[in-house]
Amino acid sequence: MNWQAIALSLKLAVSVAGILLISGLPIAYWVTFSRWRWKFLIEAVVALPLVLPPTVLGYYILVGLGPRTFPGKLWQSWFGHTLPFTFGGLLIASVLYSLPFAVQPFSAGFETVDRRLIEASWTLGASRLGTFFRVILPLSAAGAITGTVLSFAHTIGEFGVVLMVGGNIPGVTRTVSIDIYDQVQAANYDAANRTALLLLLFSFLVLSAIYGTNRRALSLWRKP
Amino acid sequence: MKRIHTPLSVTFAALAGAAALLAAHATDPASAPQSAKKSCGTVTVAAASDLAYVMSEIAATFEKATGCKIRVSTGSSGNFLSQIENGAPFDVFFSADIDYPKKLETEGLAAPGSTYLYAIGKIVLWVRNDSRLDVSKGFAVLRDPSIQKVAIANPRHAPYGRAAVEALRNAGVYDAVKERFVLGENISQAAQFVESGNADTGILALSLVLSPGLKEKGRFWRVPENLYAPIQQGVVLVRASQNIQGARAFLDYIKSPAAAALLERNGFMLPAKVKP
Repeated sequence: MNWQAIALSLKLAVSVAGILLISGLPIAYWVTFSRWRWKFLIEAVVALPLVLPPTVLGYYILVGLGPRTFPGKLWQSWFGHTLPFTFGGLLIASVLYSLPFAVQPFSAGFETVDRRLIEASWTLGASRLGTFFRVILPLSAAGAITGTVLSFAHTIGEFGVVLMVGGNIPGVTRTVSIDIYDQVQAANYDAANRTALLLLLFSFLVLSAIYGTNRRALSLWRKP
Repeated sequence: MKRIHTPLSVTFAALAGAAALLAAHATDPASAPQSAKKSCGTVTVAAASDLAYVMSEIAATFEKATGCKIRVSTGSSGNFLSQIENGAPFDVFFSADIDYPKKLETEGLAAPGSTYLYAIGKIVLWVRNDSRLDVSKGFAVLRDPSIQKVAIANPRHAPYGRAAVEALRNAGVYDAVKERFVLGENISQAAQFVESGNADTGILALSLVLSPGLKEKGRFWRVPENLYAPIQQGVVLVRASQNIQGARAFLDYIKSPAAAALLERNGFMLPAKVKP
């Protein structure tokens, strides 16, 4: 069993879920409550990863942000290396790739909050930030949990982007999904089988725990 | 809500129409073999990625000579092995590692005795034209501290990756570079890592760096052949083939001097020239 790959996948997924919880909530708040005319454009951008194959994102990271392009050169001068083959690169790719899995459930959660309660909070003198943390977020906790769990789960299951830009470096970019793919290619079916089974059981347990505590937690589209 | 209803159903109708059109097109190639020359139809070929370019040339000349159609899939040999073991519909399998065709024969999944050594692969150290590295110095250049990443194919399952590791070990530079490896899923991906500039250099297949996609883009140094075991490339006839006749015709063509010349011109060594 490749524990290094398993630990790496967990580290990546926890980081992605954490980053998306912090950055996804303000985006979802804005998407839900903004009355800007062109809001739908932002919504479309957020939802893009649902439609685009991972190869598109992988291609842009590899070539579009490669050392031969202007943004790539800029990145290289700041960080000393390009995005591919690094944990940071995988992290950025995964955050982008899981964005809708966090923002859409967050936003769906906010929409279920009664507008009158929010306005009551405001008229009683609570600030917008205070209202968000003491009224909106507690009333839409299910959406926040759903989005966080989904982005975690989606990152564990990520394969295409990692295959394209990871470079398969043990402990840095060789995630569980890549490890299983490697084992199958090397015809080590026993090893592949063990890791796949572990992943299957783990995913089942995580999802069961979520469904057990929050019946509608994993509905991406329905309002929780 | 009601207002959305009509446009939605229109959308669905359009989607269904598009799907039907696609489906109609998809059946075209399947019916084509029957309408084409009956003698040999379509031969579906799985080819290791080092063959990506030369196979299209070989297929084109074969198609011209016989009227058969060749459909080529390129990818990693290990992937094709497990796919064929699980019933992939390939007629012929060109592996970068002759052990895989032999394994299929032992498993009873390839026609007995059909494994044929068609070429020997060679490896080179390759850099892009704009690189400061002087590859003519050979592996010594890999000690350059400015090198951050060295791309090779995954030695766990790719024969070119294994050869690269073996050559580096024999040259005594393996320990100096092992922390800087990035592994391509196959040799084409390793090439793509270097070509895109994300890796500083890489150990690639000669056949790839001579192909039109890379030829003008970089410089290379041939890794001396005494540093690694010959990369023996084997082809085999898949037992479950639906077109045994066409597959055999293509295998015969691979053994012909014309195909051998194409292989040699595109960076492969011919087995006959290796064995005394």
